[in-house]
Amino acid sequence: MFRETEIVKDVSSIPPFPQDAVQGGGGAGDLIINVGPQHPATHGVLHLVITLNGETIKKVEPHLGYIHRSIEKMCESLTYRQFIYVTSRMDYLSAHINNHACALCVEKGMQIEVPDRAQVIRVIMDELTRIASHELWWGAMAMDIGAFTPFFHAFREREKINEIMEETCGARLTMNYYVPGGLRADMHPDFQKKVKEFIVLFKRKIDEYDELVTGNIIFINRMKGVGMLSKEDAVSFGCSGPAARGSGVHCDIRKLYPYAVYDKVEFDEILETGCDSLARYMVRIREMKQSVRIIEQLIDHIPEGDFQAKTKAVLKLPKGEFYTRVETARGELGVYIVSEGATTPYRIKFRSPGFSNLSALDSMARGSKLGDLVAMMGTLDLVIPDIDR
Amino acid sequence: MWSLTNISTGIHDWLIQTFNPTWALIIEMVIAGIAVIGLFAVLGLVLVLMERRVAAWMQIRLGPNRVGPFGLLQSAADTVKLLVKEGMTPDGADKFLFNLAPFIAMMVAMLLMVPIAFAKDFQLWDLNIGVLYVSAVSSIMVISILMAGWASNNKYSLMGAMRSGAQIVSYELSAGLSILTIVVLTGSLNINDIIIAQADGWWIFKGHIPVIISFVIFIIAVTAETNRAPFDLAEAESELTSGFHTEYSGMKFALFFLAEYINVFIVCAIGATLFLGGWMPFHIGNWESFNHVMDYIPSSIWFFGKTFFLIFVIMWFRWTFPRLRIDQLLNLEWRYLLPISMFNLLLATAIAILGWHF
Amino acid sequence: MEKEELKTKIAELLPAATFEESGEWLNILVTPADWLSFAGQLRHDERLLFDYLFCLTCIDFKTNLTMVYHLSSTTFRHNIVIKSVLDRARPEIESVSHIWKTAEFHEREVYEMFGVDFLNHPDLRLLILPDGWEGKNPMRKDFEDPVNMIKL
Repeated sequence: MFRETEIVKDVSSIPPFPQDAVQGGGGAGDLIINVGPQHPATHGVLHLVITLNGETIKKVEPHLGYIHRSIEKMCESLTYRQFIYVTSRMDYLSAHINNHACALCVEKGMQIEVPDRAQVIRVIMDELTRIASHELWWGAMAMDIGAFTPFFHAFREREKINEIMEETCGARLTMNYYVPGGLRADMHPDFQKKVKEFIVLFKRKIDEYDELVTGNIIFINRMKGVGMLSKEDAVSFGCSGPAARGSGVHCDIRKLYPYAVYDKVEFDEILETGCDSLARYMVRIREMKQSVRIIEQLIDHIPEGDFQAKTKAVLKLPKGEFYTRVETARGELGVYIVSEGATTPYRIKFRSPGFSNLSALDSMARGSKLGDLVAMMGTLDLVIPDIDR
Repeated sequence: MWSLTNISTGIHDWLIQTFNPTWALIIEMVIAGIAVIGLFAVLGLVLVLMERRVAAWMQIRLGPNRVGPFGLLQSAADTVKLLVKEGMTPDGADKFLFNLAPFIAMMVAMLLMVPIAFAKDFQLWDLNIGVLYVSAVSSIMVISILMAGWASNNKYSLMGAMRSGAQIVSYELSAGLSILTIVVLTGSLNINDIIIAQADGWWIFKGHIPVIISFVIFIIAVTAETNRAPFDLAEAESELTSGFHTEYSGMKFALFFLAEYINVFIVCAIGATLFLGGWMPFHIGNWESFNHVMDYIPSSIWFFGKTFFLIFVIMWFRWTFPRLRIDQLLNLEWRYLLPISMFNLLLATAIAILGWHF
Repeated sequence: MEKEELKTKIAELLPAATFEESGEWLNILVTPADWLSFAGQLRHDERLLFDYLFCLTCIDFKTNLTMVYHLSSTTFRHNIVIKSVLDRARPEIESVSHIWKTAEFHEREVYEMFGVDFLNHPDLRLLILPDGWEGKNPMRKDFEDPVNMIKL
């Protein structure tokens, strides 16, 4: 709120929080609490203004922007090679997949043919990222509803993925591995061996996850029938990814609009019809198994060849509009580039999955208990930089 | 044979011989007070370290291992840190109640030490209503939590306190009823009598199914009463940041923290006394020689062993289960535990009257 | 439905619409006045059923502001893009948040970033910008912030 140039000397000069800004609140018996921007359950700087009646939620109102870096505006002054790196910072848990979306969009505009080797490695990386992201979600969500131990168990396996990423990309979180036309570098010689080791390990561990959390009676009671999101609502709110698939919406971009080599591998789109938190949980758990399946099909068949197509030094997209969609761990990420034929995009819009998923939170949460809100936020898998951009 | 009893009797005899009886009594009281405070501090340190070690073990990590050998001094270092921290009182808080609450919490925990038999004939006060005293005093705990929550002038604290109030008051019922099962079987409220009654076997072995049921209910209820996970709604971290002690810092927070652990110790001690025979060694009916061998292990070791086993079980719960929701928590008590324990009490009474127990 | 079919169908519904087919999807240009009733038809017409608004944004073309709606149908799996040119000095368009609920959030974002006024929006307040934000709309091309923005 305050610029660097204005140092606040007197605390009383800060205007009080406008109470009338909270609509529908402030009635008799209502308690308005601010969850966030610093709160253990929000996993970042999400600010929710919650109107409560006792323990029952009457209204949830998200206030965003605490980590808004205006990536869209920033990208307008970055070239088509540069802007991809910024997008790793959007949904930092699926950095590869964000990069993929941007690379695809530029490739579509420039009509670059990506070599098969690059495409296969990209898909493997995407799926590893998806597993890593779902692992973190699993641990964090269990922690939200009060079980601390799963977090550490999830991180044990996630660490293995991070090691694989580190070897090949040189980074563990913001990988910046994809460039328009292919990959920045070839994969590490140990890549295939390590991934295979990981797959063997992970298949055993995922059953352990089920034992530790999924079958727990308290857990099932906390999740079942909580945060109902009907199929119609899910579509209307623009939900995507596991949040929508838990409501039975057929929305996996990998199946509907296949990109890279997703049309050549066999995997199932996971659909659950429970519409509640448990359904969204199960979608993610089962999705991890599908990701393993995809990696297993590809890891031994990485074609030889170039890892990068030959591209011009300076990329200039032709005048026009380009839209690509990919399936991140959280749902559909759309990249919409409006080009005026310059070296930088004229306007770029990231349709982030979290933003739309968050908009459904209010209607899901109304009438449920405060403890349920945490479970709902957990199963929506909100990543705040992805929402704010 | 070495035992705490010999030491206490020795001290008592020496005091009686050296001073007149009044002075001897006063000195004994002072010694007892110092011993309780000392035990309080030591137990706090040990239990915090134990909790962290158990948690680390369950979470495939190492836990505290830097301060002192094997990290044994970690909780001492933490205590020093908490002591020198600033104890803040928020502006809008009710200052008197805010500062009073942690002391009440600690005083309750200390008072509860009174009737516990740590070893054979080693007890602060052999109350004839020991069990009743424990359940009466432990319910004062809720006052300190409500006081802390209300006086903090913080919505999270208030909600945590309200949850905790509802929770403790409800679970007190089934905890009380499961204690009554043993009282009915023994026919006495005196803790020593209850232990003596288990000389030929602990109640959990010779009381048939009703005692096992009431033991399970007792463990669930005391976990809830001490606000431990999976019933830690009063401080549900992901919902209410820290619940009733959100606004507390420094030593005032440390007192709440200590009181929580001491309460865990006390409820486990009561559980061990009622169901697992307290300091009574493992005896089987009339196997004289076996019982005699068991008697060679000092009674204090039996008592602490059983208590720490129960503490471990409660810690195990905490690091395994997710948290319940407030309505599920109250449903569990009022719909399931309370009716079951009422019926169970009737069953136990019938067994006691008909003499069906061993 | 294929592009051509969509085109004939939409031409029936809204004769005033103009089409542009250069991109991947069918682009339809509507006037802001036509938008609300047209949106209702897109959503509820049995052969269109555009129930999934997957992207809603705005572009500042310096001479005008263009609203862009990307629509998709979960039943028929066809996509279209609706565009509507707004007056840059007084950008106003009807809100579609009661047709597609996701629009409520996206319109709030466009409102603060571009200053587009959505008529009949249930809750048109700042979403991302801090409370009490005054001044220009950050995503417009003429926005300058010497403190926080680094020009390359």
